[in-house]
Amino acid sequence: MSTPKRGPRPGFVLEVDRSTPPTLFWHGEGYRLEKLPVGSRVLYAPEPLAPLEDPRGAIRHALMNPVGDSQPLASLMFSGMRLTIAFDDISLPLPPMQAPDIRQMVIEEVLEVAAAAGVDDVELIAALALHRRMTEAELRHAVGDRVYDAFAPSGRLYNHDAEDPDGMTQLGATPQGEKVIMNTRAATSDLLVYVNINLVAMDGGWKSTATGLTSYQSLKHHHNVHTMRHSTSFMDQHKSELHHSNWRMGKVIQESGPKVFQIETTLNNDAFPDPFGFLTKREWEWNARDRASYLASSKALSATPSRIKRQIFHSIKAPHKMTSVQAGEVEAVHKITTENVYKQQIVKVEGQTDIVTMGLPFICPYNVNSIMNPILVMCTGLGYFFNLYRNKPVVRMGGVLIMSHPTPWEFHPVHHPSYIDFFEQVLSETTDPERMEKEFEQKFAEDEWYRHLYRTSYAYHGVHPFYMWYWGAHALEHLGKVIIVGGDVRAVRRLGFSPASTLRDALEIASDVVGRSPTITHLHNPPIFMADVT
Amino acid sequence: MATKVLVGLSDRIRRTVGQSPADHGLARLGPLVRTVRRGSGGRIPPQFKGFPFTAPTWPSTVERDSESTDLGINYDTEWSRSPVSRTVRRALVEAVMRPGVQALAAPAVSGLDRLESVVGPVIFAANHQSHMDTFLLLTVIPTRFRKRMVVAAGADYFFDKRWKATLSALSIGAIPIERRKVSRTSSDRAQQLLRQGWSLMIFPEGGRSPDGWAGEFKAGAAFLSVRTGLPIVPVHIEGTGRILPKGSKLPRRGATAVTYGEPLHPHEGEDARSLSTRMEAAIAQLADEQSDGWWVARRNAAAGTTPPLQGPAGVAGWRKTWALETSKSSQRRPKRTWP
Repeated sequence: MSTPKRGPRPGFVLEVDRSTPPTLFWHGEGYRLEKLPVGSRVLYAPEPLAPLEDPRGAIRHALMNPVGDSQPLASLMFSGMRLTIAFDDISLPLPPMQAPDIRQMVIEEVLEVAAAAGVDDVELIAALALHRRMTEAELRHAVGDRVYDAFAPSGRLYNHDAEDPDGMTQLGATPQGEKVIMNTRAATSDLLVYVNINLVAMDGGWKSTATGLTSYQSLKHHHNVHTMRHSTSFMDQHKSELHHSNWRMGKVIQESGPKVFQIETTLNNDAFPDPFGFLTKREWEWNARDRASYLASSKALSATPSRIKRQIFHSIKAPHKMTSVQAGEVEAVHKITTENVYKQQIVKVEGQTDIVTMGLPFICPYNVNSIMNPILVMCTGLGYFFNLYRNKPVVRMGGVLIMSHPTPWEFHPVHHPSYIDFFEQVLSETTDPERMEKEFEQKFAEDEWYRHLYRTSYAYHGVHPFYMWYWGAHALEHLGKVIIVGGDVRAVRRLGFSPASTLRDALEIASDVVGRSPTITHLHNPPIFMADVT
Repeated sequence: MATKVLVGLSDRIRRTVGQSPADHGLARLGPLVRTVRRGSGGRIPPQFKGFPFTAPTWPSTVERDSESTDLGINYDTEWSRSPVSRTVRRALVEAVMRPGVQALAAPAVSGLDRLESVVGPVIFAANHQSHMDTFLLLTVIPTRFRKRMVVAAGADYFFDKRWKATLSALSIGAIPIERRKVSRTSSDRAQQLLRQGWSLMIFPEGGRSPDGWAGEFKAGAAFLSVRTGLPIVPVHIEGTGRILPKGSKLPRRGATAVTYGEPLHPHEGEDARSLSTRMEAAIAQLADEQSDGWWVARRNAAAGTTPPLQGPAGVAGWRKTWALETSKSSQRRPKRTWP
């Protein structure tokens, strides 16, 4: 009789005692082992959920059995129709997944249905909003060679262009006066199929179409300081002003836009392949192989130039696997998706903490194959990691956030040109998001040079660094102090934060704000999880 | 390409150190450590000590999968109670521990008369300031109890490595116990031994005092007493914290005092929490007796003014240390000035 296999363990809150081995902290393109004070808590993500045994079969089943008020996909297709398939861009998933990408599998199944219905007019759009355009290699990885070779050469597979004067259409406005603008091709289609990857609870729903296929004029209604400060958090749809605005826009799309058939997928959190498997394990369970891998890789990385280290880490492809797929009417689909995301990511946590610590990894949604510049460090720590909560932030109001990252004064000149000027011109003047919004945003958003680079090169939109700063506006308002361990001192000070050489120094600095006996909680992240704080 | 280089390097090191699949973190990076040792004149440099060069220790707040290891709470100490092991242990106590304790601590023992009517087995519950406490008690507890006695020792600390587990079980008769809670495994084992006639030495604080004052008393000893009906003998130890305090590696000479209290029997229907409170109060009274004499201690006990073992409440750390120094200064034996 074989022993039954143990199922994935749920998330875990460790209370550090003197027997607890040092805890892994990410530190950009590297990692460290840090000894946390006795009594600290460490939050560990749930183990990866079991993947779907037959993902293609599950996709076909979802297309034929949609949820909500929607007919099966085959019934929505007819010869002579205009079909547009939009899909999530390079920012999802993280790290990029091993081939075949989920988007490839879903799009191929959708195209099978379209081919059977005799649909000729098909176009595929990378719904990247104001993100940088995807390169050919990135598009090939996302949709697969078959789809790319069939559509890209004839110009029917392309990146969304939010600054195309002839390519955007206003569908209407919400009762609050928010303009709803959509990519013209998508807006004028008989059917818009959206292919989504839900890595975190923020993704998906009406945000896919209302944000992914729109322009600055529409985005600014919800990508602003007020909205972000009133999204507590933007990972919790029901308490997120960002989502409320997108949902209002969704109503306008429903009434005046194309019919939307939403396909959403969820992933497990199997984020790193075998040689780096120790990164997702609990330290006291490291075996000799894990320890050897840690020692070998950290030793090798310490002797490697930054540029090479980036290449190494950005070449990692995650063994993520699909855990669910659902299709049909947007809101009904997204409800199931969110539940499935929570199943993988929720960690129950009792009570807030005085200090939250986190190690920031090499990657965030906006630096895939690129550099994690100081502004993205702020966005990852105070935007993403801080907001990965439900109910209450992990850290109390007036508490301290300590993050570990080298924070280099370094920018990718092709991907992030407006970030360079934002760092030099705006952050040298103010770190107050409201003042930035009032005095600087429009100038950057409407700058012709940034617009040109966004449209023709591979640059993020001119306004994008502002959004990164707004992403952390809720945390900036909530926290009493932010400390970066091991960062470039000048860059950290430019961000308005306090630099510290070591975690011990950081805790010492934090004591000015939270006293000598603070409670400490460390987010052992990634793999990503969401703290449900009661 | 770059990933391949890194992975290749990882594989090479893994081949060098050998692989032990599913070794539950217990394998050593032996060859690597030996190489480092050779290169540094036989001593391991500090930066190569501890995790990740050695296997990780297991947090005591995390339950082990019971099948995952035979160390920690699962360590079987049956062999250490065999006649041969007990003979070896007696020899160690008499030939090594007793001379050592006498040389370092010279204990003054009082209250032995309170144990005269007790036959055994019993549970000896003492305050805990130092590793010295165990050795001290092993040499001063009356022989009739000591012949069949086990010592409750933290499973996470004394039984996390095989050599430590073996040494602890042989030299002091240690049995592994969960410090933070009464776990089923450790509780069943201790109850079984008590019922078989073994006395138990236990430190209810679950660990050594970090500052000289006692920590919070846990109810494990009282729970065992309630379940088995056996009495608890409260014991107060004074002075070991100055000889080998927590965090210190080398002992220094000093005077110690051990005071036994009246055995505490669980009342009919009494729960562990209540018995634990009585036990803590009894040890506090012994501390007071040791400090100010029996009569003052009795009057304080009657008036409910016995100084708490945990020191003054609600004051900053330095004030507790200050208070400790003040309260202990009177206990130091006067130096002989003449002749």
